[in-house]
This record gives sequence, structure tokens and C-alpha cells, in this order.
Amino acid sequence: MPARATGRRVLHVTSVAVTADTAGLLLSVFLASAVEFVEALTIVLAMGVTRGWRSALAGVAAAVAALAAVTALAGYALASWLPESLMQLVVGTLLLIFGLQWLRKAILRAAGLKAHNDEDETYREEVAAGRGAASERRLGVDWFGFVVSFKGVFLEGLEIVFIVITFGLNADDVPTAAAGAALAGVLVLGAGAIAHRPLARVPQNTIKFAVGLLLSTFGTFWAVEGLGVFAAGGESLQWPGGDAALPVLLATWCAFAWVAVRVLRAGSVAGEDVHGGEATAAAR
Amino acid sequence: MRLVRGFGRFWYDFVVGDDWRIALGVVVVLAAGAVVVATGALADQVLAPLLGAAIVAVVSVSLVAGARR
Repeated sequence: MPARATGRRVLHVTSVAVTADTAGLLLSVFLASAVEFVEALTIVLAMGVTRGWRSALAGVAAAVAALAAVTALAGYALASWLPESLMQLVVGTLLLIFGLQWLRKAILRAAGLKAHNDEDETYREEVAAGRGAASERRLGVDWFGFVVSFKGVFLEGLEIVFIVITFGLNADDVPTAAAGAALAGVLVLGAGAIAHRPLARVPQNTIKFAVGLLLSTFGTFWAVEGLGVFAAGGESLQWPGGDAALPVLLATWCAFAWVAVRVLRAGSVAGEDVHGGEATAAAR
Repeated sequence: MRLVRGFGRFWYDFVVGDDWRIALGVVVVLAAGAVVVATGALADQVLAPLLGAAIVAVVSVSLVAGARR
């Protein structure tokens, strides 16, 4: 009887852990993809309005086809050719570097040391570029509208593909990662189709901060685990507490970011005071 | 040649991004970790948090450099 009770408890704990992992995976990929979809939507909207929807949508279709090919090739190569711990190391390292860049930019923005993203401004710039470009038709479409849409969707889409592949393979759950990205795509594109304007009200900078924290957390966890490939047995390195280290890592990155924003903000204010004082003294 | 350079530039911007210190720092920390793992000098439970702390230090350096620009 006690053995059965213990077994039931283990099963319960495991199912909770699986659910939390799945929810974390879904949320991370959803948020990261939503930001990229918003940015791609802004570019396509600007091209559609200024250069015509036919060329803008042709660019989108071509980019989606190219992304599908890249996803299939990269996913197959990573999953088939690399042993598990080496894949964890390679993919975890890429995710970590990528995530830390997001986090760094988010901290600098929050501290007032870097300009915030403004989709309305990006849209105005793209519209101005679209209106100013010369008309040139190739393959029956407006070439400028096609190329700008293609590049916008391909580059933003590549980031989504990268996040889906890295998260999906490391969590051994590509379908959930893909579902998170698909859900973000449906919501953002649906909202864009209804609003017919850039989604400037989406709190992009806040979402990017959250995504930076999540990518850094999972990247740190997986990259360090992947170092096990150099151990005698070649098995993944173990964090203290196993998967329970993930929330601790997330809390650590949150605390670090909180302190960093405050220190950098105080430093920039002090710097402005010094420069302000120098300017005043010079004026005297 | 222009195509190859453009391809390399794209991946550099995509992965390394604004600050090369982060990419270099992460690679150095993980390389040091790989050496420790290969020699078996430290237990996993000690090494993993140490490497995590080193990664935090890398970001701190990058942020200080970013703030000075």
C-alpha cells in the first residue's frame, strides 16, 4: 500500500512537471513569435498599402516557402546528425547568445539608454520608402514591394523558426513549440487583418523583456547541460534539483535585470546631471 | 564572393548581434566548462551554478560597455 501511494505521488509530481514544462515552452515560443509576427506585419502592411497587395502577398508566399524549406532542412539535420548532448550544447549555446542579446537590449531600453521600438514610426518609414521607390515590374509583380515583403517576412520568420527549432528540440516537444508559434501567428495576423494598421498597441518592449528573460533562462540551462558531451559517459550535465533549477534560473535572471535597470538608470541620470552641470558652467 | 560575404554577414548579425562581447564571453565560459567537465575536476552540482554565474558576469560586462557608448 505505501509503495502504491508513493508511486501515485511520483506520477502526480511528474505530470505537474510535464505540464509546467509544456506551459513554459508554449508561452516562451508564443511571446517570442508574436513580437516577430507584429514586426513582419508592419512591413507587409506598408508594402501592401503603397506598392499593391499582389506584390506584397507574393513576397509573403515566397518567404513562407523558403522558410518551410529551411525549417525542414535545419530540423532534420539537427535531429538526425547530432547526439543528444551535443545537440543540447550547440542549440543551447545559440539560444543563449540569442537570448542574452534580447535581454541586453531590453535592459538598456528600460534604463533609458536605447530607443524603444515604435511600430507606428517603423510603419511611417516603410510607407515613405514604398512611396519614394521607383516602379519596376518583374515576373508580373512590383519588384520593390515583393522584395521588401519577402525580406521582412523571411528575416522575422527565421527568428521564429530558430526559436521553434531550438526550444522544440531541446524540450523534445517540437509540436508544442510549433503550436505556440502558430497560435501567435493566427492572433497577430487576425488582429492585423481586422485593424488594417500596425499593431502599435501591443506592448512590444515589455514582451521583448519577458522573452529575453525566458530565452536566457532556457539557454543557460540547456547550454550548461549540453557540456555533458565532454564527460566520460557523454551524458547531459545535471543542474542541482534537475528541472527544478529552471524557475531558480528565471528568478535569478529577473533579479539581475531588475538590479541592472536600476543601476544603469541611476548612472545615466547622474551622467546627465554632470553633463548638465558642465553645460551650465560653460554657459556662465 | 559578394553573396558569400552577404551570407556570412547575415548570420553574424543574426547570432552575434549588437555586441560581440556576449557571443565571445559565452563561448569562453562554455569552453572553460568543457575543460572542467572533461577533467572531472568539479561535480555537476557545483559546476553548473558556477557557469551560470559566469554567464551573468558576461552580460554585466556587456551592459557596462553598452551604457558607456
